[in-house]
Amino acid sequence: MAEDVDKPAQKLLLIGGSAGSLEVILTMLPHIILRDHLAMVIVLHRKGGDDSAVLISLLKDRTSIPVKEAEGKEIIAGGHIYVAPGDYHLLIEKNKTFTLDFSEKIHFSRPSIDVSFQTGTEAFGTATIGVLLSGASKDGTEGLRSINSAGGISVVQTPDSSVVDFMPANAIRYASPKEMLNVTELIDYINRL
Amino acid sequence: MTNAVTDEEITALLMLLLEQYGYDFLGYSRASVKRRILRLLSAEKFNGLTAMIQRVKLDADYARRCIEEITVNVTEMFRDASFYQCLRNTILPVLNTYPMIRIWHAGCSTGEEVYSMAILLQEENLYHKSLLYATDINPGVIEKARKGVFPISQMKMYSGNYMAAGGKEAFSKYYTANYGYARFDERLKEKIIFATHNLVTDKSFNEFQLIVCRNVMIYFDKDLQETVLKLFDDSLESLGFLALGARETIRFSSIETRFRQVDKERIWRKM
Repeated sequence: MAEDVDKPAQKLLLIGGSAGSLEVILTMLPHIILRDHLAMVIVLHRKGGDDSAVLISLLKDRTSIPVKEAEGKEIIAGGHIYVAPGDYHLLIEKNKTFTLDFSEKIHFSRPSIDVSFQTGTEAFGTATIGVLLSGASKDGTEGLRSINSAGGISVVQTPDSSVVDFMPANAIRYASPKEMLNVTELIDYINRL
Repeated sequence: MTNAVTDEEITALLMLLLEQYGYDFLGYSRASVKRRILRLLSAEKFNGLTAMIQRVKLDADYARRCIEEITVNVTEMFRDASFYQCLRNTILPVLNTYPMIRIWHAGCSTGEEVYSMAILLQEENLYHKSLLYATDINPGVIEKARKGVFPISQMKMYSGNYMAAGGKEAFSKYYTANYGYARFDERLKEKIIFATHNLVTDKSFNEFQLIVCRNVMIYFDKDLQETVLKLFDDSLESLGFLALGARETIRFSSIETRFRQVDKERIWRKM
């Protein structure tokens, strides 16, 4: 695999979002510095499923960090941004590689944020950071709970800074996130990871 | 959620399925297998995985159900429009030059893709000289495929997929609606042979001009993918085609050098 030369990341930053979250990511990206030990994995709900190429080119335009669609068996390398492909769940293995999965939708969505958060936390344990952004879904709450119980760090976008506040509000209610941050604070927080 | 499942317990279950029932899941994605097992555990209210392992040990019917749940059986008709367009416009005209067309749908699950292929072959006037082998690891799933009865709730999406893929008819002409189900035309299965086949442990059983195996190998580790790709290579005639899922590839495998990719689709031709 092309990425075989890269070392697996030591820390995993998972970012999940639904309606209103793409804008947040596009705002944050130009300011994000990703250090070598940290990999970022973005799991976004989207309509129609399979338009990853457009999404990835939007992200690439805003950062010099390597951005790519996550591929099955690929090693999760530090200093990289990976995007979950449309219409697949993105699973993270204990050997720090990805697996794509075409099982049932969860909360009407594939990719599911919960699935990536849950398997990511199994693989990275306390070195897992999950950030849940704006959205209209219940997806992500269970995932943040898993991150909490494994000793990782759960973060949500503040509901009042979210275009659609249902997703972060649901997580605040049922997952007791460790941090609630607006977009500016999120940038600062990620850069210190 | 029963999250107190250890890796050792999962290995114990997989070893039991292998040694007692001959199903080898050791080369499957651990993250996927664990998710499937947790899902089954919470659906059936077992008090931990050890209780489930006991049941699997004593109850062959239950073991079969467990195997069916560990594997992912989600599939669609005419998924990925450009793939079916490529089949219709590029692959089938080549297959038409053969007196007899043999196609293998490996890991066909409940059969939606086989019926899609049968529809394409019918519309291109190739069905009469075709033979489709539809195989899956699970006998229960193959039984469903053989029935050709799918939820009516899916038909709106499938009809849309079919049109996007260049469908030539009204999709509804291929099934009759009945109590929430769509029963597909019996003529579509005249040339389909349904059988169980385990890609992990069974060997090649014929030679084909087209093998379709979409979103099956995504759950396999690299070694198992390599084994299965060799099995496909052994089962393909020279100049035959191998069709994989939208995010699958033969790159980095030992068969790569003998195959050439068709357009930009996930279809490779054996050279």
